[in-house]
Amino acid sequence: MSPFWIMVTILVLAALGYVLGRRRAGSVAAGDIRGLHSRPTYYGWNVALFTALPSLLVLLMWVLAQPLVVDRAIGANIPESAVADAGARGRIMSEVQGTAISIGEAVNKGLLTEAEARSLTPDNTALLDRLADEDITLTPNPAVLEAAKDYRSINQNASRTLTGLSLLLALGGFGWAMARTRPDYRARNVVERFIRGFLILCSLIAIATTVGIVLSLVFESYNFFQLYPWQDFFFGTEWTPSFGGGSRLGMLPLLWGTLYISLIALLFSVPVGLFAAIYMSEYATPRVRGVVKPLIEILAGIPTIVYGLFALVTVGPLIRDWIAQPAGLGNSGSSVMTAGLVMGIMLIPFVSSLSDDIINAVPQSLRDGSLGLGSTPSETIRNVVLPAALPGIVGAVLLAASRAIGETMIVVLGAGAMAQTSLNPFEAMTTITVKIVGQLTGDNDFASPETLVAFALGLTLFVMTLALNVAALVIVRKYREQYE
Amino acid sequence: MNDMRLAERTVDTKGKPIKFSCRNVQVFYGDKHAIKDVDVDLEDKTVTAFIGPSGCGKSTFLRCLNRMNDTIDVARVDGKLMLDGEDIYDRRVDPVQLRARVGMVFQKPNPFPKSIYDNVAYGPRIHGLARNKAELDGIVEKALRGAALWNEVKDRLGESGTGLSGGQQQRLCIARAVATSPEVLLMDEPCSALDPIATSQVEDLIDQLREDFSVVIVTHSMQQAARVSQKTAFFHLGNLVEYGTTDDIFTRPQDPRTESYISGKIG
Amino acid sequence: MSDATSAGPRRVGGPAAARTSLLVADARTKRRNAAEARFRAYGVIAIAVAMLALFFLMFTILRDGSGAFWQTYVKIPVAIDAAVVDPKGNRDPSEMDDVLTMSYAGVLQDALARWTADNGVEIEGLKDSDYAGVFSNQARAQLRNMVLQNPELVDQTVEVPVLAASTIDGMFKGRVTEASAAIDKRTSVAQFQLANAMEEKGALATRFNWDFVTQPDASDNRAEAAGLGVAIIGSAYMMLIVLVLSLPIGVATSIYLEEFAPKNKLTDLIEVNISNLAAVPSIVFGILGLAAFINFMGLPRSAPIVGGLVLTLMTLPTIIISTRAALRAVPPSIRDAALGVGASKMQTVFHHVLPLAMPGILTGTIIGLAQALGETAPLLLIGMVAFVTEYPAAPPEGLFEPASALPVQVYNWTQRADSAFFERASGAIIVLLAFLFAMNLVAIILRRRFERRW
Repeated sequence: MSPFWIMVTILVLAALGYVLGRRRAGSVAAGDIRGLHSRPTYYGWNVALFTALPSLLVLLMWVLAQPLVVDRAIGANIPESAVADAGARGRIMSEVQGTAISIGEAVNKGLLTEAEARSLTPDNTALLDRLADEDITLTPNPAVLEAAKDYRSINQNASRTLTGLSLLLALGGFGWAMARTRPDYRARNVVERFIRGFLILCSLIAIATTVGIVLSLVFESYNFFQLYPWQDFFFGTEWTPSFGGGSRLGMLPLLWGTLYISLIALLFSVPVGLFAAIYMSEYATPRVRGVVKPLIEILAGIPTIVYGLFALVTVGPLIRDWIAQPAGLGNSGSSVMTAGLVMGIMLIPFVSSLSDDIINAVPQSLRDGSLGLGSTPSETIRNVVLPAALPGIVGAVLLAASRAIGETMIVVLGAGAMAQTSLNPFEAMTTITVKIVGQLTGDNDFASPETLVAFALGLTLFVMTLALNVAALVIVRKYREQYE
Repeated sequence: MNDMRLAERTVDTKGKPIKFSCRNVQVFYGDKHAIKDVDVDLEDKTVTAFIGPSGCGKSTFLRCLNRMNDTIDVARVDGKLMLDGEDIYDRRVDPVQLRARVGMVFQKPNPFPKSIYDNVAYGPRIHGLARNKAELDGIVEKALRGAALWNEVKDRLGESGTGLSGGQQQRLCIARAVATSPEVLLMDEPCSALDPIATSQVEDLIDQLREDFSVVIVTHSMQQAARVSQKTAFFHLGNLVEYGTTDDIFTRPQDPRTESYISGKIG
Repeated sequence: MSDATSAGPRRVGGPAAARTSLLVADARTKRRNAAEARFRAYGVIAIAVAMLALFFLMFTILRDGSGAFWQTYVKIPVAIDAAVVDPKGNRDPSEMDDVLTMSYAGVLQDALARWTADNGVEIEGLKDSDYAGVFSNQARAQLRNMVLQNPELVDQTVEVPVLAASTIDGMFKGRVTEASAAIDKRTSVAQFQLANAMEEKGALATRFNWDFVTQPDASDNRAEAAGLGVAIIGSAYMMLIVLVLSLPIGVATSIYLEEFAPKNKLTDLIEVNISNLAAVPSIVFGILGLAAFINFMGLPRSAPIVGGLVLTLMTLPTIIISTRAALRAVPPSIRDAALGVGASKMQTVFHHVLPLAMPGILTGTIIGLAQALGETAPLLLIGMVAFVTEYPAAPPEGLFEPASALPVQVYNWTQRADSAFFERASGAIIVLLAFLFAMNLVAIILRRRFERRW
């Protein structure tokens, strides 16, 4: 049975278990369910859970582990002579899998008996021709064919074992839970413990995600640094990857582009966002606020690809034709300025909503105190509200900076792909994120430094944004405690 | 505090010039008519107490006197409020200038999260009262002395104002208000957040402030009104029920509502 | 304050002693009020800048993208020559299948040449290639499919609308002008004039283009035929996965953290993780998807299942944060009441708290989904940028087949050479924004309809 059908069988058994468990609870209570510890449904759930969970767990783990184990076993059996180089092993493994699948198809169509499949050799041309007539061509490589046969038989055995094991577990759980269905059995508590376990398991996904991110970044970055010296990566000033070899993969030009664009984005978005937030929370009438606030939130809801296209099609040419070319500063549509400006627009709602929260957290009594002394609203804001809100605003700016550094689509479409270190904001430059996309889209060879460098870039990006986020969180949390 | 003090203080209430003259004052909060037809004359160099049950409008009326109600969108004030003969709700009046002359101390101590010095210097700085640092230092010292706080804080003027105790914070706020040299000082239940010892310190201070300012204090405590004020106004449901010397209000109330309130029947 | 004997603190200040009337603003007040007005103006300017950016963005997208919903079609009588399409003459579709699509180009070219002659259109320098170039490459395939499905048509004259080439389409959308036609290798001035003549006689017409929303992507030289069908299905599949996975997981996590979790190191760690994941750049999730789901677990590239899983991980923090807020908004009195009548903690949560928090949870979920729908960068890394023209099958198999996604399709089209694809990209964004708008509208209505104030 295939795992899917095993799963369906288990679930059907579990459903049956629910019905029977409930009925049994009714019968052991001799018609008076008040004698039961829990309501009958809990006994039903109890049986269903004991039927399904252990066997499904085994099934899941088996399905995840089987390919790894089988691949290792088969890989060890392929003679070294059949493997030309390290990369070829992967190709051969997929050939083995393909061949095994083809044989399985042939058996399913009745073109081969199981016995014939087991004794298949490349010499048996009659049989192979018969298959070729039906559009099933098998490899003539004897080593691969042999391995494919092994692969098939191991998988068949494994599948049989799995079916037996999981159905046995399901039935065992069913029987055990049924036997324990007695009036004094605390079914509700057991079921609730299961639910609690499920809740905890779900909560752990957040940790698992972080661990997954860190592991995948660190593991492949480690591979990269085996192939390419880390000093050259972190301190290299030249980025010229070439898949033919002899790449120079210095991160500094990318870092420069990233920081330059982020700086421009922040220079634009922080004043605009902050002043917009100040105006909305301190001056605007409820009616104006009711109109403007949702509109600014629309800016926040627009996907970054839209901003990217806006940069590419509209803002880039506009800046080139009206500013860069007349001033003789360059003639590239994609530029640091384009990407920075559009990213700044994207960040306006981010900065303004964060600042809004923070400004509103400043107690009204401070404003009253200042106004009561005869200061104007703007003096109150500048001298009392903003200094009081400063830590929170710094936190907001750090979060915005983290956003800017990690932003991808706007720079992919607006900044260009030229890795260079220049002060002229009207020139095309590139960023860490652009190069991650560049090195990882298309066909990847996970043995070459040109692909693996993306993971080292990703790790750098992750560490940078993590540091900013943590700093911001700590600052904002401290700030909130101050006024609570 | 005893009745002797009450008697002492009522001596010098005669013949003071009028500082604030209010006629036919109405305040609306949206649809709610919060203050109805209030007529009152507040004397200079006198402590006037506003008393009454919660929600009677005493704080609302107090906030009219320096136009703090302007900061509330839905509030609307009608009628004439004359400070030294000038209508403070005249279109030409800048509330900023008004508030420099009519200072305010709030219910909860609200020192700015700045140093003690900067707290006191805040008002003089924005109003440009000092020509140089030395003058500013002088104003700050004078104000802190005026608020009876100088001796406690003179060695730590650079420390944050929020680090002081509750009573000290409130006296700092009074010093802050005094530093802009207002003519009238409005106090909105200045002791309600303080313990009895701090309360008594602030009350002593209020008595001293009377030398230089006209003080209007809102209080929910009749004892406090009796202790610190020379004139008392009783508010009930938005109306000014009775206004007279503190002595008269507490010993010979004219209106039955005042009498019920004084004797604790309503409150 | 007129008395000189008083020792008020104001004496120290000196100059303030002479009070002016309240009715006249002094110089300092005027200066301060001017500063106030300036400060206010900065606020107004900031808001104006934000609004202007929003309107400019929306305006350009609508201006550039609306063209994608309109397409130019050629409608002339086409004589289907048996000698070309059915050389063996037995009308057997399986044998007619051997005739290549290329051959149908000649049929169209001849038809247009005949139409030109019949309608007395005379244009100098008109070459055969100009006739053929009026039609989209898609038109031949369209004609061929029609004939193969219905062999009766052979030797008949049919008059069906077929797609015009993107250069011709561009002439009616202002993208191609007579001047640009002169220098463009794909078209010519003569063809430009021909197209104008055809339009005058009603042989060329622009009409609403449903195919843009339903048809799959098309190759580089057939911009006029490119559609969003596969991308919309791919996005829909991914949203399905995100919804099915992230809602239960997110709600379960929130319930645990909000209602059951003891205050300990583990809970703290989970909390910190969630707030951090909310701020991790989306491209890092793409790297995770590539390394964990594709390389490690061996899931197929370009498949909605991988995209769905990655987007689920990205959406979880959003859903958890809003769900926790919704749970927190349910007053403790409800819990006390349920516990008070002897319900277990679990029963209290599932019977009372969760139903009351449901509107808030759903609103947060829809907003999370909307975010996920617009996410692009992680999908690029897991190969969803591939050129896919086959519709994926229905779930569950379809989840493992290659598909595209709406935002990725936009990116894909921006990388093409023909500028006609930019129009398509903007058009795709209009479709994307329409979906987002609809989702947010549902969220707002939900919030309005079920919002409860305790």
